[in-house]
Amino acid sequence: MPLRLLRFALSKEHKEPRFFRERPELKDKYDAVIIGGGGHGLACAYYLARDHGITNVAVLEQGYIGGGNTGRNTTIVRSNYLTPEGVQFYDKSVKLFEELSEDLDINLFYSTRGHFTLAHNESSLRTMRWRAEVNKHYGIDSEVVDRQAVHEACPPLDLECGGQNPVMGALYHAPGSVVRHDAVAWGYGRGADERGVEIHQKTAVTDIKVEAGKVRGVQTNRGFIHTDTVISMVAGFTPRITSMVGIDTPIEIHPLQACVTEPMKPWLDSIIVSGSLHVYVSQSSRGELVMGASLDPATLHSTRSTLGFVEHLSDYMLDLFPFLSGIKVMRQWAGMADMTPDFAPIMGTTDIEGFYLDAGWGTWGFKATPVSGKTMAASVAAGRNDPLIEPFRLSRFADFQLVGERGAASIGH
Amino acid sequence: MKLLNCPHLGARPENEFTYGGEVRVQPDPDTSSDAQWADYVFNRQGRPGTHHEWWYHNPTGIWFIAERDTITDRFLRIELASPERLKEAGHG
Ligand SMILES: Cc1cc2nc3c(=O)[nH]c(=O)nc-3n(C[C@H](O)[C@H](O)[C@H](O)COP(=O)(O)OP(=O)(O)OC[C@H]3O[C@@H](n4cnc5c(N)ncnc54)[C@H](O)[C@@H]3O)c2cc1C
Repeated sequence: MPLRLLRFALSKEHKEPRFFRERPELKDKYDAVIIGGGGHGLACAYYLARDHGITNVAVLEQGYIGGGNTGRNTTIVRSNYLTPEGVQFYDKSVKLFEELSEDLDINLFYSTRGHFTLAHNESSLRTMRWRAEVNKHYGIDSEVVDRQAVHEACPPLDLECGGQNPVMGALYHAPGSVVRHDAVAWGYGRGADERGVEIHQKTAVTDIKVEAGKVRGVQTNRGFIHTDTVISMVAGFTPRITSMVGIDTPIEIHPLQACVTEPMKPWLDSIIVSGSLHVYVSQSSRGELVMGASLDPATLHSTRSTLGFVEHLSDYMLDLFPFLSGIKVMRQWAGMADMTPDFAPIMGTTDIEGFYLDAGWGTWGFKATPVSGKTMAASVAAGRNDPLIEPFRLSRFADFQLVGERGAASIGH
Repeated sequence: MKLLNCPHLGARPENEFTYGGEVRVQPDPDTSSDAQWADYVFNRQGRPGTHHEWWYHNPTGIWFIAERDTITDRFLRIELASPERLKEAGHG
């Protein structure tokens, strides 16, 4: 232990520095209450305070900050989506992420790796060409490459995949990155706290008071709070919150699982995704392989892990990387993904005045943390949806105007 | 391997079954409004609780309507899909 740490033990004057203040009391009234202290909630609080001067804000978190999907995800950041709406939105997020360590004054270990989505058949190649063209149209670095390029970027990958599913090519996205997830939550939390926002952990919203179509306050396990503005940013808990205010949505919750191996020397620079094999992998800065797969098929409100998941994933991982057969899986976990039918989020105003929704982040919402915080803050400050999120409004389902993002979001989160 | 104790087929590995989504009552396409139709097509009962769901047994090709607790993942009741059962589940 470095000697300088001893002073914390020996003197009460040197309090351990914290990322944000523990607030003993809830106030009776706030200008805005954000439900959920994940990346999205904390980012929204930060931009409300920084960009719009709205600082009388409470972020209420039932557990600890970043303990939801923010701290459970596999941290892939990319913008090579399929729809013009999605591409422009996620591109803005990638740009915010690139500046974020500087902005929040914290090392987020933002690491640009290059992102390969492998094609094992003609139909995936066809969707990839389509994606690449949409991407290029919006100025995003995205191209279809042949199998030789995949081999050069990742020599250990078995292009034959055990003979069953040979790799035919890939969609390559140079800006694809990974980033330290907890640090994103802490950085935004600290930035919001410094600007006067209150962060309350272990504070669960148990009901929302609506009168004559307007939000009046929230009930919590620590008492009632008056407020006219409630922003729900609770990912896997969204249906519980929307049912408090009587709003129907298409959101269904499915577990999404992930796991890591024991640490190895660095051998994998890029992020490799295979839609056909339902797996994706990157190597963390600690040397572990971070691996994930597709959703659990049935809805479930639980973060339980299954052996079936690891068996299935290992099977396909060994098709791609046979030399990993002796490597051990160290940990596995799950998050609750809030899925929408079109694989796009649900954002912005609702039929209830003062109730804003930021949800439907499914398996893909970590990369959107900065842009969702920024656009939700702008929408709340203006009382109407930011143009960038208008395509993602809840009413798109009633209008039959879905945002078909499935082709780019179902496996490659 | 998780086993599903089916009263009709006996204990079967859970991965022999495919989840078919929530049981919803289809409104009459000729008389329902666009809003009712959109609600039927898209909206779901996403809240945790006891849900009525479609489950398909792949080897035998049988459709079931099951009641499942979506927090504990326990099946509370498994019945063959029939018009009577469907009606009951839809209104349950
Ligand atoms: C295994 C896995 C891998 C993933 N991989 C990726 C990836 O590679 N790239 C990517 O972009 N996305 C990925 N995602 C998706 C991403 O993690 C989420 O979409 C994103 O983190 C959602 O952030 P959030 O802040 O909205 O939600 P969360 O981080 O879940 O925060 C919501 C918070 O709300 C709190 N809360 C809920 N109800 C209440 C209440 N009543 N009162 C108070 N607080 C409440 C919860 O405790 C929680 O902390 C992955 C998800 C999982 C599970």
